Amino acid sequence: MNIINFTRDYDADFVSRVEEESGQKVSLCYQCGNCTAGCPYTFAYDIPVSQIMRLVQAGQKKTVLSCKSIWLCATCESCTTRCPNNIDVACIMDVLRHMARREGLAAVPHVKTFWDAFLDSVRAHGRVFELGLTVNYVLKSGRFWTDLDLGPKILPKGKLSMTPHDIQGKEHVARIFERFERESNS
Amino acid sequence: MRIGVFICHCGSNIEGTVDTASVAKSALEFPEVVLATDTMYACSEPGQDGIIQAIKEKKLTGVVVASCTPRMHEPTFRRAVERAGLNRYMFEMANIREHVSWIGKDREANTNKAVDLVRIAVEKLRRDAPLASSKFSINKRVMILGGGVAGIQAALDCADGGLSVVLVERESTIGGKMAKLDKTFPTVDCSSCILGPKMVDVAQHDNITLHAYSEVESISGYVGNFQVQVRKKATYVDWSLCTGCGACTEKCPSKKNPDKFNEKIGPTTSINIPFPQAIPKKAVIDPTTCRQFVKGKCGVCAKVCPTGAIRYDMADEIVTEDVGAIIAATGYDLFDTTRIPEYGAGRYPDVITSLQYERLLSASGPTGGHIQRPSDGKEPKNVVFIQCVGSRDKSLDRPYCSGFCCMYTAKQTILTKDHIPDSQSYVFYMDIRAPGKMYDEFTRRAMEEYGARYIRGRVAMVYPKGDKLIVRGADTLAGTQVEIEADLVVLAAGAESAKGASKLAEKLRISYDKYGFFMESHPKLKPVETNTAGVYLAGSCQGPKDIPQSVGQGSAAAAKVLALFSKDQLESDPQISHVDIKRCVGCGKCIMTCPFQAIKEVEFRGQKKAEVIETICQGCGVCTSTCPQGAIQLSHFTDNQILAEVNALCQS
Amino acid sequence: MSEAIAYYPGCSGQGTSKEYDASTRAVCEAVGLSLVDIPDWSCCGSTPAHTKDHTLSAALSARNLQLVAGMGMKLAVTPCPSCLTNLRNATHRMEQAAFKSKVDKLLDEPYTGGVDTQSVLQALVEIVGIDNLAAAVRTPLKGLKVACYYGCIMNRPPEVMAFDDCENPMAMDNILTAMGATVVPFPLKVECCGAAYGMPRPDMVGRLSGKLLEAATLLGADMIAVACPLCQMNLDLRQGQVNRTLGTNYRIPAPYFTQLMGVALNIPDAQIGFDKLCVDPRPILSKALTGAD
Repeated sequence: MNIINFTRDYDADFVSRVEEESGQKVSLCYQCGNCTAGCPYTFAYDIPVSQIMRLVQAGQKKTVLSCKSIWLCATCESCTTRCPNNIDVACIMDVLRHMARREGLAAVPHVKTFWDAFLDSVRAHGRVFELGLTVNYVLKSGRFWTDLDLGPKILPKGKLSMTPHDIQGKEHVARIFERFERESNS
Repeated sequence: MRIGVFICHCGSNIEGTVDTASVAKSALEFPEVVLATDTMYACSEPGQDGIIQAIKEKKLTGVVVASCTPRMHEPTFRRAVERAGLNRYMFEMANIREHVSWIGKDREANTNKAVDLVRIAVEKLRRDAPLASSKFSINKRVMILGGGVAGIQAALDCADGGLSVVLVERESTIGGKMAKLDKTFPTVDCSSCILGPKMVDVAQHDNITLHAYSEVESISGYVGNFQVQVRKKATYVDWSLCTGCGACTEKCPSKKNPDKFNEKIGPTTSINIPFPQAIPKKAVIDPTTCRQFVKGKCGVCAKVCPTGAIRYDMADEIVTEDVGAIIAATGYDLFDTTRIPEYGAGRYPDVITSLQYERLLSASGPTGGHIQRPSDGKEPKNVVFIQCVGSRDKSLDRPYCSGFCCMYTAKQTILTKDHIPDSQSYVFYMDIRAPGKMYDEFTRRAMEEYGARYIRGRVAMVYPKGDKLIVRGADTLAGTQVEIEADLVVLAAGAESAKGASKLAEKLRISYDKYGFFMESHPKLKPVETNTAGVYLAGSCQGPKDIPQSVGQGSAAAAKVLALFSKDQLESDPQISHVDIKRCVGCGKCIMTCPFQAIKEVEFRGQKKAEVIETICQGCGVCTSTCPQGAIQLSHFTDNQILAEVNALCQS
Repeated sequence: MSEAIAYYPGCSGQGTSKEYDASTRAVCEAVGLSLVDIPDWSCCGSTPAHTKDHTLSAALSARNLQLVAGMGMKLAVTPCPSCLTNLRNATHRMEQAAFKSKVDKLLDEPYTGGVDTQSVLQALVEIVGIDNLAAAVRTPLKGLKVACYYGCIMNRPPEVMAFDDCENPMAMDNILTAMGATVVPFPLKVECCGAAYGMPRPDMVGRLSGKLLEAATLLGADMIAVACPLCQMNLDLRQGQVNRTLGTNYRIPAPYFTQLMGVALNIPDAQIGFDKLCVDPRPILSKALTGAD
């Protein structure tokens, strides 16, 4: 069990960064649990979303950024839509993912691998090359069994292109990524 | 004049940041000031005695006190100078606390500002004139709007106190929401058993005139002398002949209309009596559903009525009631639960409101007190109660707590167990609010003795699966999502202001908050008074509250009225406007701009002139700024008095 | 024909949701909604972009919004709710000047603003109108019982998506009713199907999509109409995976609502593309339609 010493373990900087980046005030949350009640992914989480909100209120940076839940959230907006205090909870979950990445934390590594493989594909081609994304993800995660069963279903229907659909402006898209990296490192 | 100036220390409140001795010294230099001193607490007994003594010894003709806000102690000091033999309006206050010492800590700046404020007060006092109130007689009759438990209590207390009471009720019976309840917390008394005797007392009291099925049309006048037009709505039944036998309701062929008294959870006939203990127990026809009115063919009730009381051609009637005071006790309405689509109210028949459940529990309700699912009439086993529906919710613009839902939900779980021994109740709550006497113990009983399962968390959605309703909520204490297969879902809907409350407030000329609840004079110290003289509040119209609080406020409002009527005449405030007829050109602009319609047009030597109705004028001053001729002046705030203050300030 | 609107197909429209793109184009043409492809449009970044960084995500969207502005147009429609949420969130967030300047730094040139985006569903309801759609019906879908599934982000959060009720949307219900079908009230209209987790976490999709298939089956629906490429993939392509995860035997088709509209509007089979679906709706469709006569 994690005993919290509020005098020492409360990370005020973390709380204000979350508030600044999400534009939300965490003190508005009165822990009603409506977000957890509606969240369809609660069954897969290690920490339910209302408890993540509580841990953010309690300034528990490490616990929050190391949890699996933030990598299993689908941003389905159930929480944001129903929060009685008009808190954009889904945005806070997004911000926590941003912060976890910056800290080098990813408690469900292959989900991050999947997101990254997708973005690599966009960066290279300007549009997602679905087959390329799959191959990239399988190689990087080592999960070679992924969707093997779907191959025979989808290939005969001609829905999966063998080659990417590069666009003319793909360099512009690549530049967006490059500039983003430069801005993040500066 | 011989003016005395008193600078109050207010302990360290003022003295802490203002050099009061220095202010007094400066004040001594002002014209016509013969005495200037500082004092510790001007409002205290020794403080007041000091002022009175100074007036007598120094033969002062006017007094300035520099202290707190006039809203605090102006009446105190006015009475003090009056005791010393001066006219109470030969007194001015300079606010050097809220306007000076409480704003900043710069002692030098504060002292200078205090000196300026005292200078202004002295200049005004030099132009003040003695004023006298006029007395007017009052009508010792009180009108009470609303026949719920608060209005009933107020009516009985006023009537027992010897006053003549007119009780106006919108529905065809008094009793309000309390008459719809089955049992009341925390005693589980039968609601109509404890309310019934009071309702009968109202009907039988010599001093009470009851106008049921009536509403206020318009109100004019002022405290002590109100004229109220009451619209007695057409019932289409001659109540002087109707005995309440109910033969008409048995034979009426239009049987499937939504029953308003039963919160539309059961059907009723077009001609009906709301419930067996209704006061008055008289029938009313709903012309929107009655076949005689809609199709022109029926007339069954007229045929079976043993006294021939049916009157299809009845029209609304306006009666005028003259009263001296009005108590608003118009109650509340329930939050519209269809505003929360994820709960399915209005879409799924087995999702009902707490008040609808109350009617199912009641023996005089549509199911004879048997709890049945509206969808198929079966007895439910799993009943889920959801609290805070439309309360404590910023996203629905209802941030306040309605105060009684935790208690009535606990009661409903207890009654559910009594009615259906093998049932299981679940309650989703955020907090339990049980502040009254024996309240918290009552909620614990529900959990400990009656087996209600309380789950701390809100509900995100309710949806049908087969013939059950899946309730998906959270248990934040256990830290997870929960699901319950419910047979019936009861929404603890919060309280809102009664429909039409804001319109009534405008007729009464009282304020209301953004939710439509009427505004009290002071939330702590004056909960049953309004800022409009002669109009009082009682019950949930002022804010959601339970029965003991409503009854308490009913008695409190009655006490205020009895105090008001303890004198035969009232004094009017002399700080009102007067028209100088020589200057008035009869343009009528003041009449048009007066927010209280306190100015009337009169004829004077064949010319149009304005005249102020002294008893209605509230002294707001809008007319004085409107008048192009400066003909209308507000006593104690005349143009010359105010300009003297401005001059003093600009020249200092 | 309506005034031309810009069309943003979205990446899956070229691959796994080809039939959605084809049927959407065919339906729009048939009812007079003139679509003009955005030239050289690029990926909006979908979920991976906004979970990595909001400025990056907005920049990827802004490139496309700028292309629409370059077309001289003010409105773009897309059939994909994920694309829509990114385009609309970008617009919403860029209303803050500080955020917009960070986004502009990532682009070749700053975004000039003034472009709004909508779903094709919204355009059909608001620009064409239910009455006009009903008038265009040639083969009423009489006898077909359909459950309408909107997916989690089409209408949520209401402050951003600003269309239809966010708990009980009715746009698709109303369109398919106008097409003559019997729409059964679906209790899980906006409950997430598993989204993009099909590849990394098929167990989650199994459970969530399974609930939707269960609900539709219990209601006796012949099929579930969908309006999102991911929802469709999870309910149709992955229906086998769902059955394996849960030990169930669902066999209920999940066509795009535009495909069903296509049947009602007598659009040629090749453009409807039922053959591209895994659970073939055609047998059930013809049985339901002929059963009604």
